[in-house]
Amino acid sequence: MQTTMTDAPASYLNQATSGAGAMKKIVVLGATSGIALEVQRQLAGRRCELLLVARSAERLTELQADLSIRGAQKVLAYAADLSAVQHHAAIVDFVRRQFADFDTVLLAYGSMQDQKNSEASVDVMLEELRVNFVSACAILSLFAADLEQRRTGCIAAITSVAGDRGRRSNYVYGSAKGALSLFLQGLRSRLHPAGVRVITIKPGPVQTAMTDRMANAARFADTELVARDIVRALERRSPDVVYTPKMWRYVMTAVEHIPEVIFKRLAF
Amino acid sequence: MFTPALELEGHDINMSGQSAVILRKQSAAIIPTKQVFSWGRYPTTAHRFVHRPSWNDQVPGIMHDAADGSLLPYGLGRSYGDSCLNDGRELVDCRRLNRILGFDESSGMVRCESGVSLSDLIDVFLPKGWFLPVTPGTRFVTVGGAIANDVHGKNHHRAGTFGAHVRQIALHRSHDGLVICNAEQNSDMLRATIGGLGLTGVIAWADIQLKRVAGPWIDAELVPFDSLASFFDLSRESDGRFEYTVAWIDCFAGKNLRGIFFRGNHATEGGEKVRRKHGPTLPFALPGWLLNRYSIKAFNAAYYKMHSARKGASVVPYDSFFYPLDSIGRWNLLYGRKGFLQYQCVIPENNVEAVGELLERIARSGMGSFLGVLKQFGAAPAAGMLSFPRPGITVALDFAMRGEPTLSLMRSLDEVVENGGGALYPAKDARMSAALFEASFPRWRAFVPYIEPKMSSSFWRRVTGAQ
Repeated sequence: MQTTMTDAPASYLNQATSGAGAMKKIVVLGATSGIALEVQRQLAGRRCELLLVARSAERLTELQADLSIRGAQKVLAYAADLSAVQHHAAIVDFVRRQFADFDTVLLAYGSMQDQKNSEASVDVMLEELRVNFVSACAILSLFAADLEQRRTGCIAAITSVAGDRGRRSNYVYGSAKGALSLFLQGLRSRLHPAGVRVITIKPGPVQTAMTDRMANAARFADTELVARDIVRALERRSPDVVYTPKMWRYVMTAVEHIPEVIFKRLAF
Repeated sequence: MFTPALELEGHDINMSGQSAVILRKQSAAIIPTKQVFSWGRYPTTAHRFVHRPSWNDQVPGIMHDAADGSLLPYGLGRSYGDSCLNDGRELVDCRRLNRILGFDESSGMVRCESGVSLSDLIDVFLPKGWFLPVTPGTRFVTVGGAIANDVHGKNHHRAGTFGAHVRQIALHRSHDGLVICNAEQNSDMLRATIGGLGLTGVIAWADIQLKRVAGPWIDAELVPFDSLASFFDLSRESDGRFEYTVAWIDCFAGKNLRGIFFRGNHATEGGEKVRRKHGPTLPFALPGWLLNRYSIKAFNAAYYKMHSARKGASVVPYDSFFYPLDSIGRWNLLYGRKGFLQYQCVIPENNVEAVGELLERIARSGMGSFLGVLKQFGAAPAAGMLSFPRPGITVALDFAMRGEPTLSLMRSLDEVVENGGGALYPAKDARMSAALFEASFPRWRAFVPYIEPKMSSSFWRRVTGAQ
């Protein structure tokens, strides 16, 4: 995989050994999600070690083979439903035993139901909040304790630009992701003295299985491009909040400044 | 993430690097399908739905729920005509089925899902000393597409087609589930699937025998030639000594045919690594009139001059030798919004005059392309039931789609091919008649029993009258 390494924007290996931005052993929560798939592939090309967590054992087995052949030094997998908080202790236990000196945790799972379903059913809505917000806080807290104690590493979580402002068409998903962004903000401040980085990744709409059924899906960002931004954020100093593609930082700044009297009338 | 319906309205933000410019506005009432094109961008079609499975375990469900004759697997869309399209029906976009499932370092056997691209295989395995056994003129095709069209390359005279290096496949079938096909079991289904235009089912994974190479370099030689006879001489003389041979021809030179003969072997020294260059990408369809007989004539003259000046031997990176066109992203947009047609036929060896007649008719028409290619196929037995390559000379030319004049030129070429006992290549075709298909593949009816009942394609319906 040497070609891939020379293609890397910066010499990763040098950075890895230099301490500060080191990233070698990454835990991916939600390893079969569309964005995670591409991130993992790029990390494999950089010869990282990976521990993948996702529901389907069968899919994880496929990923293990694929990522190993593509250059990953080691690929471990643990099949579990991350949205079920009662499984979290076992997951973290497995990571501590098999992947003790992990340095990065990337949370990449989420659920985006059609907003209409959430409007029709409180149960569906609560499930959306539970998966995207509650369970994410739960598992990240467990990993945060580890890294805080070791005074090293990085926690990154994929939230969404949808969390920057509540919109008519997507406010349930948006509020869960927005709440997660707030949680990460607080966690960042808590872990800062320990030297643990916390990165909030806010992608715009991306072409993945999650967005296939949406109109305009063909205009959404390419996963490869989004993954490149994420990998770059993981492997070197980056802003605490990463928008990807970059233009979303400016778009959302503008969106946030639309007065509420106008915004509430917008049907999007 | 979220739908930026309003933010994006009216802006043409090409975030995806995909075909943003050619998107149609979707009405909210219908299920959103993205506009799907073949490489020639002709014909334009409307698909009812495009399935995008990310995992093989999702494919049986898609097939189960589909009506008979409603599906067709789709890859990178590099077929030129309508063999990868299913107008009014559905596609199964296999590009997310792109995992490499196994690799044997000692034998070079790789198992990968059907959506893995040849480009991906090169990036992963060339650094390990392995290369594709057969490669077409672009690296941007999927393994599934390479099998379904039984693609060939510059080494056909040595290695046969891509299908000849497929040892085993697993095929999703609606009635039988996942069917393993190799030389021992279901060998007939393997032969049907190779060159089977995607109609036998969705390939879950395939075992491909890669080829050992010392490194990414090619010992290449350029030889200018100035007649059809000298092309044949060069071909005869070169095929024994060179693994790769192909010729570019200037189809505007008329009676004084001229061209450049490219031949090469893998360099025996490893050499340095080759860095992949990323060239420009065409952002949108250029105005159709840009490519006209004068501009192409001028291009061809310049191309000939440039390459004649570089004649002789040199060591070149594999990508510039195999994939010169890949350096321009979406070059098909050069031909404008109406797209283009490619005409690729094979003429039996004993009928060399027919090749001359073809080229003459093209020159006389004043239409024609800067991508004329001549190549002598070898005698390897066909790997698939509907494989196109057979002993003879293959000619490939692009024509901008200008409506009836273009189609009528092609019909006149059809005459020459049919009378000459030749055949047309389905992967390149958007308009051949049922009669010419019959003449090209006289035994196609023997293939019919292997068609997966859920599958159909625009091409298949057009040339066989199937529903």
